[in-house]
Amino acid sequence: MLFKISFKNIKKSVKDYAIYFFTLIVGVAIFYVFNSIEKQTVMLNITSDQREIIKIIVDMLSYVSVFVSFILGFLIIYASRFLIKRRNKEFGIYLLLGMGKRKISTILFIETLLIGLISLAVGLGVGVFASQFMSIFIANTFEADMSSFAFVFSSDACIKTIMYFGIMYLIVMVFNIFIIGKCKLIDLMQAGRKSERIRMKNPIVCIIVFIIAVFMLLRAYYMVTDGIGKIIRNPDNLLVAIILGAVATFLIFWSVSGLLLKMAMAVKKVYYNGLNSFMIRQISSKVNTTVFSMTIICLMLFITICVLSVSTSIKKSLEDRIEKYCKADIEISSGFYDYDETLDDLKFNGENNVFHLYEQAGYDVKSYFDEYVEYYTYNVYSLSDDNEEDIAEVITLSDYNKAAGLMGNSPIELKEDEYVILATNGVHVSRYNKLLSKNHVLEINHYSLTPKYDKCVDGVIALSDGPGVGITAYIVPDIILKGCEPTRDTVIANYAAKTKKEKREIEDKIRDMDVEYGYMTSKIEAYDANVGIGTMFIFLGSYLGVVFLISGAAILALKELSESTDNIERYAVLRKIGADEAMIHHSLFGQIGIFFALPLVLAVIHSIVGIKFSMMVVSMFVRKEELISGILATSGIIVAIYGGYFLLTYLCSKQIIKSRV
Amino acid sequence: MKNILKIDRIEKYYGNKSSLTKAIDNISFDVNEGEFVSIMGASGSGKTTLLNCISTIDKVTSGNIYVDGQDITKLRGNALNKFRREKLGFIFQDFNLLDTLTAYENIALALSIQNYPVKKLDEEVRKVAKELDIEDVLNKYPYQMSGGQKQRVASARAVITNPTLVLADEPTGALDSKSAKMLLEKFQFLNREILATILMVTHDSFTASYSSRVIFIKDGKIFNEIFRGTDSRKVFFNKIIDVVTLLGGDGSDVI
Repeated sequence: MLFKISFKNIKKSVKDYAIYFFTLIVGVAIFYVFNSIEKQTVMLNITSDQREIIKIIVDMLSYVSVFVSFILGFLIIYASRFLIKRRNKEFGIYLLLGMGKRKISTILFIETLLIGLISLAVGLGVGVFASQFMSIFIANTFEADMSSFAFVFSSDACIKTIMYFGIMYLIVMVFNIFIIGKCKLIDLMQAGRKSERIRMKNPIVCIIVFIIAVFMLLRAYYMVTDGIGKIIRNPDNLLVAIILGAVATFLIFWSVSGLLLKMAMAVKKVYYNGLNSFMIRQISSKVNTTVFSMTIICLMLFITICVLSVSTSIKKSLEDRIEKYCKADIEISSGFYDYDETLDDLKFNGENNVFHLYEQAGYDVKSYFDEYVEYYTYNVYSLSDDNEEDIAEVITLSDYNKAAGLMGNSPIELKEDEYVILATNGVHVSRYNKLLSKNHVLEINHYSLTPKYDKCVDGVIALSDGPGVGITAYIVPDIILKGCEPTRDTVIANYAAKTKKEKREIEDKIRDMDVEYGYMTSKIEAYDANVGIGTMFIFLGSYLGVVFLISGAAILALKELSESTDNIERYAVLRKIGADEAMIHHSLFGQIGIFFALPLVLAVIHSIVGIKFSMMVVSMFVRKEELISGILATSGIIVAIYGGYFLLTYLCSKQIIKSRV
Repeated sequence: MKNILKIDRIEKYYGNKSSLTKAIDNISFDVNEGEFVSIMGASGSGKTTLLNCISTIDKVTSGNIYVDGQDITKLRGNALNKFRREKLGFIFQDFNLLDTLTAYENIALALSIQNYPVKKLDEEVRKVAKELDIEDVLNKYPYQMSGGQKQRVASARAVITNPTLVLADEPTGALDSKSAKMLLEKFQFLNREILATILMVTHDSFTASYSSRVIFIKDGKIFNEIFRGTDSRKVFFNKIIDVVTLLGGDGSDVI
């Protein structure tokens, strides 16, 4: 009998809570997909380096999974509270008929169990299916051979998913029993009666709280954007800023919920126009009762926006940089000095040239090259006048143009007293741009050079200067370095091969050559490393981002839909006094829209600062211009998921309040 | 006297061929401007169905209803809503006030739905509030008011738009006798002073005795009709009781 009641209840509420079920299923599926990555890649034919990277990704994801399970657990508990609240009257009747609280708890227990089992089963099914696409995606990014594709089922991930969600549902069950045990019959019976208490907050208190909150927020914003150095020196500040920001967010929602109504009421023309008074009251009462969840949702959206835009930017940026800065297949260099020794001890002799080293070891490395360029670079004391140390190399103009020719970059022209700085690293670029804009005079070998441009040139002299790190180089006229001793001999070359596979083969051969002092970097190597980092960021970003997004949106949707029963009556009244369907839909749309928009707006404001901060942290990876694509991608994802939930909520609500005549 | 409402041989059937229920079985009557008409009948006599048909909440099976000369059985969709908000005022047994709005806003809403100019809105609300003696509860929420106050707020909402016809469905049903009396006096006031035409459905003889005419319905048909004329309320009440006794055969529906 109890089982029958439970089952019927679920069947009844499936329609109203479709969004909740949907979210649970997506949650389970995502959890499975990201935890099955290890198994997905076992089959793939990838190098050991790539496997190492995947291992790191898998480890990261499993840590994040714990966090994700907390978020989903929060969602489930929150949702179950709604589900109970909505049915207070029903439970009241059970109690009135003499059913014990224990039995009601049993009903809830069975319901949770059923919901859990259904969502787990469906979610796992979806997850297993989706994870096949994940293998294809991973294989594509790592350029692995997909000929051995097979349907993969990860029993580890499956067990992990069942265990994590099992624990979550168990906690919910305990929680439910606790709630039922606590409630009183009179409260349950009266829960259905419309007696919404409208608590008006004191507007003056609201304004004061609002101002305090804004100041707290500004302080937090300032703390995180005041310079990365300060935060590294004093990491506690970051924590303080986060707490300040979170508390300020709460206070802003608290005060805005009170002020919103007052402000709208002050503009009588708007307030008493059509159904506006009703709509604004609805929003205000809803926000009033959800200040805490609004805060959580806002912060989750904030993290989502930051994580998604930064991670997609990083991935995009890494890909772009390979295109841009790794235009030759390989670079081999040999330094004529030890970084630990002083420059004075440097000795240059032909013995340690790159090709000489290979010949000595008995390898004909040249035979693998289709074309190559060899050049020297120099280190000269005190290149910049600020105190910060930098690793900058100097190259002659003709050598640079030779290298540029091979890499397909446009050559540079210089007058006898001019120099150019090449830089890619965001931090370096901004530092040197400052120097250049002050027309910084470069003193080398008793020559004085002035900058040709007031900005750094975006470019590299070799591959090693490519993605991420980006060593800065000075280009000077040939004559300046006459008589100087070079500090490094570099060879950049393209393989005598056409396909990627052939290139990999050649590279493996060169890598196997046992040569002392030779330092090599290759496009393939850089590509693999970047793909790894990029994929890791994109996985973390989308895992956290999507879970946050669906949880936040689901809570809002649940809050809106759980009031549908009250709303049926309210909209019926509006219809009776002659409101058009168009007016009602307009009001409903505005109501749900503003309810969804509020946390998003504040989250976007937070994100402007948050992204700025993230940019400081990852500035070596991403430049400002590259962030745009990430922000665009993020906006797309948010519009699709958050907007989708909004639209679904609107359509469901519209269905619920539909006229019954 | 101008004819406000003309009901022309309306019928309302429920169910299907095998089990047909005639909720309204060929009813016709007219209501003129400034009248205060009660419709009485036992539970299930079809009086609420009749009101629902007039208020366009329900549709008739056959026949026509004219309000101000316009056949409302032909109206569809938004024309219906327009008709409802411009020509009709509603008062319900369970008040049907919006619980999230104050009394003032509830009353004002009826006007703002019609895009009434905001400048004149306040004046109108205060005027009608004064007439119905609810000025001191204007800033309260429904849950802070008594039943009588709620019903007077609902009445204010119904008459503020100057509707052609005010429809009241058991307006005293949820009120104690003192509040009911006060409300009915206000109805009388609205009827006499601002010439509101009121059509009220009730099963309570006391409530009906405040009106100027009572139409009795039994099994979906008009059973009887009595006019108050120059009778005092007390005399009229006794006449109503007589008909009710005749109507019911027993006094179960009479207080």
